[in-house]
Amino acid sequence: MTAVEEVPLSAAGNPIGFGSMRRVEDARFVRGQGNYVDDVNLPGMLHSAILRSPHAHARIVSIDASAAEALPGVVAVITGKILEGIPRPSLLGDNFAWMPTLSYDTQAVLATDKVRFQGQEVAYVIAESRYIAKDALELIDVDYEVLEPVMDAKMALDAGAPIIRDDKGQTDNSITDVHGNKTWESGNAESTAAAIAAAKADPNCVVVTQEIMYPRVHPAPMETCGSVSYLDKVTGQLTMYTTTQAPHAHRTVYAMVAGLPEQKIRIISPDIGGGFGNKVPVYPGYVLSVIGTIVTGKPVKWIEDRNENLTSTGFARDYHMTASIAATKEGKILAVDVDVLADHGAFNGVAQPTNYPAGFFNIFSGSYDYPDAHCKVTPVYTNKAPGGVAYACSFRITEAAYVIERVVDCLAQELQMDPAELRLKNLLRPEQFPYTSPTGWEYDSGQYEKTMRVAMEMAGYDELRREQAEKRTRGEYMGIGISFFTEGVGAGPRRDMDILGLGMADGIELRVHPTGKAQLRLSVQSQGQGHETTFAQIVAHELGIPPEDIEVLHGDTDNTPFGLGTYGSRSTPVSGAAASVVARKVRDRARIVAAAALECAPDDLDWELGRWYVKGDRERGKTIAEIALLSHSSLELPEGVEGHLDATAVYNPPSLTYPYGCYICVVDVDPGTGQVKVRRFIAVDDCGTRINPMIVEGQVHGGLADGVGMALMELIAFDTDGNNLGGSFMDYLLPTAVECPDWELGETVTPSPHHPIGAKGVGESATVGSPAAVVNAVIDALSPFGVRHADMPLTPANVWRAIQGNAIRVDMAIE
Amino acid sequence: MQTPAPVEYARATSVGDAIALLEKHGDEARLLAGGHSLLPMMKLRLARPEILIDLNDLDELRGIRIEGDEIVVGAMVTHAEILDSPVLAEHYSIFREAEKVIADPIVRNKGTIGGSMCQADPSEDLSAVGSALKGSVIIQGSGGKRSLALREFHEGPYETKVGDAEILTEVRFPIRPGAGSAYEKVERRVGDWPVASAGAFVVVAGGVVKDCGIGLTAVGAEHFCAPDAEAFLIGKAPTEENLSAAAKLAADACTPYADQRGPVDYKLHLAHELTLRVLRRAVASSQGA
Ligand SMILES: Cc1cc2nc3c(=O)[nH]c(=O)nc-3n(C[C@H](O)[C@H](O)[C@H](O)COP(=O)(O)OP(=O)(O)OC[C@H]3O[C@@H](n4cnc5c(N)ncnc54)[C@H](O)[C@@H]3O)c2cc1C
Repeated sequence: MTAVEEVPLSAAGNPIGFGSMRRVEDARFVRGQGNYVDDVNLPGMLHSAILRSPHAHARIVSIDASAAEALPGVVAVITGKILEGIPRPSLLGDNFAWMPTLSYDTQAVLATDKVRFQGQEVAYVIAESRYIAKDALELIDVDYEVLEPVMDAKMALDAGAPIIRDDKGQTDNSITDVHGNKTWESGNAESTAAAIAAAKADPNCVVVTQEIMYPRVHPAPMETCGSVSYLDKVTGQLTMYTTTQAPHAHRTVYAMVAGLPEQKIRIISPDIGGGFGNKVPVYPGYVLSVIGTIVTGKPVKWIEDRNENLTSTGFARDYHMTASIAATKEGKILAVDVDVLADHGAFNGVAQPTNYPAGFFNIFSGSYDYPDAHCKVTPVYTNKAPGGVAYACSFRITEAAYVIERVVDCLAQELQMDPAELRLKNLLRPEQFPYTSPTGWEYDSGQYEKTMRVAMEMAGYDELRREQAEKRTRGEYMGIGISFFTEGVGAGPRRDMDILGLGMADGIELRVHPTGKAQLRLSVQSQGQGHETTFAQIVAHELGIPPEDIEVLHGDTDNTPFGLGTYGSRSTPVSGAAASVVARKVRDRARIVAAAALECAPDDLDWELGRWYVKGDRERGKTIAEIALLSHSSLELPEGVEGHLDATAVYNPPSLTYPYGCYICVVDVDPGTGQVKVRRFIAVDDCGTRINPMIVEGQVHGGLADGVGMALMELIAFDTDGNNLGGSFMDYLLPTAVECPDWELGETVTPSPHHPIGAKGVGESATVGSPAAVVNAVIDALSPFGVRHADMPLTPANVWRAIQGNAIRVDMAIE
Repeated sequence: MQTPAPVEYARATSVGDAIALLEKHGDEARLLAGGHSLLPMMKLRLARPEILIDLNDLDELRGIRIEGDEIVVGAMVTHAEILDSPVLAEHYSIFREAEKVIADPIVRNKGTIGGSMCQADPSEDLSAVGSALKGSVIIQGSGGKRSLALREFHEGPYETKVGDAEILTEVRFPIRPGAGSAYEKVERRVGDWPVASAGAFVVVAGGVVKDCGIGLTAVGAEHFCAPDAEAFLIGKAPTEENLSAAAKLAADACTPYADQRGPVDYKLHLAHELTLRVLRRAVASSQGA
């Protein structure tokens, strides 16, 4: 169950089980042989482009597409009016101009009445080439009557604010979820309020309240979104190559949206150039490419350019949070209350389990032992792009981890207590697990203090504090920031977690060929996580088949069983468990076959890696390859085996897994310019069993870079006219190697007790945990100036302003 | 993939040929140097020339050489060549210091000094370098060549005195024995355009500033320079107090606007802070020389 067992190596030098091995998929990527959606070119294929709104809020008076239609090479121009005229035989609205979102809201495929954000889809051109399609966009004449937009989320609910969703008959900009709620609360409001009030009245206690914004950022995968759709009119088969993290869920959604029979829809998600949540939703562009092939009878390709990806597809965060923390003066945390204003943009397109409209934000009570916690989230519409819960956030645990880790540091400052000491005083203790948090989560396992001590040891924490004190006397400002995070990842269980009614359990299928080589068919889909490598290792661990003899298939709904896809760090907790379970089924079946061949009872056999043998007689046994061949042979098979070893399984997780970690960041700040240099970053992760430590490290490296990016530079802000100020990579800054230090990684291993191999998800841990460490470090550096908080991103301007006592409001244009 | 509007393309065979092509096609033609400003604008369809006249075959516009008491840099000399040039490094460290922080290696390998000057982006780093060093340019048209001081070259953001049918062929910098120089830039991330940058050269002799030049970019300094600050320093001892007063005058010459790189107060602060920092280092280097 742990990763430290001695693992034998295969002939190819790979671990037959867990251990570092090179990623199988890299052989094609480093040769430039990946196959991305834009690499798909079908005979007779047409290209397409979307005309997007330049305005954030405007009524469409008229659209004249005649000049575009007349351009040689243009095949069709489609507008919202045309879509409105196409009846839809489905439960989800009666025409094609609107589609459902993953949160049971409606979103325009092409705007009919109004545009509601800059970049919204207005018209769709299908042409013989991408160039012609783009040329045609310029010939479409749209007459807009510009309306006042709602750009400041804090003003969205003001009386007299312009109404964004008049299409739904709304009289304000509030959002009502599928359960009829306009706010989302969790925890115990009364006991938390009482605890905070009591602390306020108690001279031995303190209460610290801090406004903390997690601004809007974008997942910005290197590959933008796109699809190639082809409806074969003879067979009625729709084949769609598309950038999706959830091919099976998308298939069902298209069946529901388009009214096409699901058995005739094949979704192929080939190599995907990064997802980070950006490729979970169904976008108008995907739907339009389907409409395009229906209309033209030809394959139609739609690929976004960078600007379209950044301005119209799923953003992340945009949470305005106010957190209050109560504690004794000795530093014992008593209660935390968080009030959130959630900016959801123009359509509520958030992707999360239905029962969790604020995602898993209510895990914000964090890694600490205190009885009272409560949060209230108020979602609003604004004239911004829809989406949310994207960007490696584990369903808003990023916001949750950030707010608690930031406010704990505020408390430390208030108490003039070392933030490490404050955390150590409050961390959950090993004997408290499984631990039920004040907001109802059941943390599976953890040794928090141990992990934190490993991180402090690696950092040389006391020495760093000494260095800091010494530097301060010389007017040099270094900062040390700590973040201790706990995530809950691996949605479902199915009883509690679904998206659009689809329970979050994963199917899997393992075929063992007569020669003992295997194929594993996954429902989840890799966007760079290395599934083709790690899933083979799980089967290798269970069956002793070398990983290079196991082909992992994924991303094609015709060739893989149903499942909900890869996001929220769920692949290993859910499908990884499924892989283990299905391999064990094969192993059990192999036992029966082996017993028949060895002329004994299955119970008389013992297992060693790759082989069943007769108890007490190691010489008499059959390898899995021998058994595979026997299972296809004329051997008389007993009850329980019909022939061959293949098996399927569906894994419905009993609960989430709870990876956690302690991160320590060291920065140097130049107060004269506000520039921040991340000097060191120590990350100790505990994700339970590590299937492939090298891949875990790769995931952590990427997430840490994400965290540095969000903490210091990534941002989508808007001006009051509604212009998106992060629409290109000149404006939306991603970190480079220059901003990243040499990551110093450590680990502790506390397996999940309920996962078959004890693994927890790790794909998002670093993205969740690292921003707070960086921000805490910068604020720590600035504390001699009396700075307690400044919002991300901590650009040089923002840092300098914070020193002046006037930090920047980040969600709006800088004035 | 971004898609520019339809465009014709011609490859000039000589400066004369390029000028003839410009005259033939009028103001719908654009010269193509490194393309790192022009092509992105075309891809976003913010620029849509009807024809591109490519200068990349013109060896006569390449090369860095000394002519008399000037360093002559051909218009097609790339950022990377400036970064690596021993001739420029020998006379002015400001070139290396600036080039190290201009864009990224990919842009530097193709982007040119001529393109940078003619793009006249209000945040162009080389414009600040050129103004600090009080360089000049040679502009050529069918009527012949003319020389123009860089401090008279810019007409405003994205506008220069290069006419429709003219080409910038050279940028020239006076050699100043004993000069020290320096460049400092604040950027949000490596490869980003400056929030603010400042560059300076100083010649200190006999304990006083004999000559100096201050260049600033991205902060709305007219012609990317700060003449009052320079005038203040001449003849004065390069004390911290005097340098700071000069830096203050330099900031006074700036009229930045707020954008996502920073608010006005911050940019003005940087104009002061960065000017002070480059003056200190330029002085130290001149005194060390
Ligand atoms: C990602 C990125 C980051 C950048 N960061 C920075 C930065 O930090 N600092 C900075 O200063 N710059 C930066 N730049 C700009 C870069 O320096 C460009 O190379 C430069 O601005 C233009 O040079 P070019 O040779 O590419 O010109 P081109 O794009 O080819 O041309 C620019 C303009 O000048 C005209 N032109 C070119 N040559 C001549 C000539 N000889 N005579 C007359 N007109 C001419 C062209 O017609 C065009 O209008 C960046 C660019 C990019 C793409």
